[in-house]
Amino acid sequence: MLDSCIIRQDFPILHQSINGKPLVYLDSAASSQKPLAVIQAMDEYYRSYHANVHRGIYQLSERATEAYEQARCKVAQFINADSWREIVFTRNATEAINLVAYAWGRRNITAKDKILVTEMEHHANLVPWQQVAAETGAQLAYIPIDERFCCDMGAYDALLDERVKLVAITQMSNVLGTILPVREFVTRAHAAGALVLLDGAQGVPHLPTDVQSLDVDFLAASGHKMLGPTGSGFLYGKRHLLEQMPPFLTGGEMIRRVTWEGAEWNELPHKFEAGTPSIAEAIGLGAAVDYLSGLGMENVRQHEVELTRYALERLSQVEGICIYGPQQVDMRGGAIAFNLNGLHAHDVAAILDREGIAIRAGHHCAMPLHQKMGVMATARASFYVYNELTEIDRLVEALDTARRLFGG
Amino acid sequence: MDDLYREIILDHYRNPRNKGELENPTHTFQDDNPLCGDRIRIDLKVNGDGAIDQVRFNGEGCAISQASASMLTEMISGKTLEEAKALSKQDILDALGIQLGPVRIKCALLPLKVLKGAIYGLPATFDEEG
Ligand SMILES: Cc1ncc(COP(=O)(O)O)c(C=O)c1O
Repeated sequence: MLDSCIIRQDFPILHQSINGKPLVYLDSAASSQKPLAVIQAMDEYYRSYHANVHRGIYQLSERATEAYEQARCKVAQFINADSWREIVFTRNATEAINLVAYAWGRRNITAKDKILVTEMEHHANLVPWQQVAAETGAQLAYIPIDERFCCDMGAYDALLDERVKLVAITQMSNVLGTILPVREFVTRAHAAGALVLLDGAQGVPHLPTDVQSLDVDFLAASGHKMLGPTGSGFLYGKRHLLEQMPPFLTGGEMIRRVTWEGAEWNELPHKFEAGTPSIAEAIGLGAAVDYLSGLGMENVRQHEVELTRYALERLSQVEGICIYGPQQVDMRGGAIAFNLNGLHAHDVAAILDREGIAIRAGHHCAMPLHQKMGVMATARASFYVYNELTEIDRLVEALDTARRLFGG
Repeated sequence: MDDLYREIILDHYRNPRNKGELENPTHTFQDDNPLCGDRIRIDLKVNGDGAIDQVRFNGEGCAISQASASMLTEMISGKTLEEAKALSKQDILDALGIQLGPVRIKCALLPLKVLKGAIYGLPATFDEEG
């Protein structure tokens, strides 16, 4: 495992008490905390070289442009993209998915076509496709999950005919923790002539991700879930696809030339970055990627495997608990959804908060999935590089407290 | 131990008053709070004098929403519709006697919203955050 004692020193927010108890932050799947390196990179930009990018011919602007573009190169390297031109900065994964839905989906999907998504998608990778389907008349079909909380690959094959234009799937479920066999999905989709969009909002922060070996056509991710700032995210797209796509938003920055009659688009990736971008956030994301690369994504994954293994073992001993997600740690990440018998998830989260423990409760932006599981809400604990085994002990103790409070 | 889960709230949650449904309600309404998944239905039987003879609530959700519904049924039993109409969100919060953040206040006020819906026959609109 990673040495969380050392790592925790890099995260100032973790050193505080909530309701008189040391904070245990178990909601990284919603948003991760930020290391000093990220905070300082943004601070330094604002203190010493803030200026707009791509425009000024003075030093500050040149420095800002260089840092902004360097961040893009870091992201490209982090996911092993072929070129920095394939990385478009966005505000978050949701915006990246919408970019594809607008600039590619509405152009290429027609009433004859089908879009496939899984039943475990976050609303961010579901609602945009419902909209594309509604506007184009295309059919949206759901790849079912089986009783092991994994995708039913046989059902996927059955749905995958020549009408399918796009398969939009998550790399890792934000509720169940399930890791999808992405390569398998891609091979079959490509054989059927469909493209694959991977929602990497949960996968990219926690799993080594190589877009070339996965061969995905698009990948969306959010910076704030991978130690970076809010307002940072990116879309990866294969170059030939991005080249063919019209801009998503239009205005300044994304043009090469404008006349009274019209405009000529800028080259990739600037064509997709209209207006002044989130410069500090991109620089912060670059620092986050450096931090993660410094730890090594294989080590990050291994750390979370150990946390998840221990958590599943301890949690399964809590009386009246129901855990939603795969049992085997190699098939899942460190987001664990559960319910305590007879308790609403909100009450569980509120009592844990009294103990200084932050978890999420609700439908986690996956309402259809909860409907399928027959529950209105679940509680969810999720882990990252700064979590330690002793925090899982605190979680388990607090759950017993909750059970006693309501059981009596 | 927890202010949020005062004994009175736990008591109403564990032993809800007036839980169930009425055979032939004169007024009924149901609503939910999709964010948390709280669901409340309220049935009323109002007599010729405009008084609430019988009230039942049904639903599922967190302790705050369910306790709030149970307490509300006690507050309106035997009251006139006019008196029930006059209930404000502050009356509910006073009865619960706890401080609630912006998310949980929706749970606390859902039963009142449903009651107003039953009385007026449509979803009530009031500012839950304020
Ligand atoms: C699987 C998944 N996809 C997409 C998103 C959306 O991320 P964002 O809100 O940062 O756009 C999330 C965030 O909760 C997620 O977990």
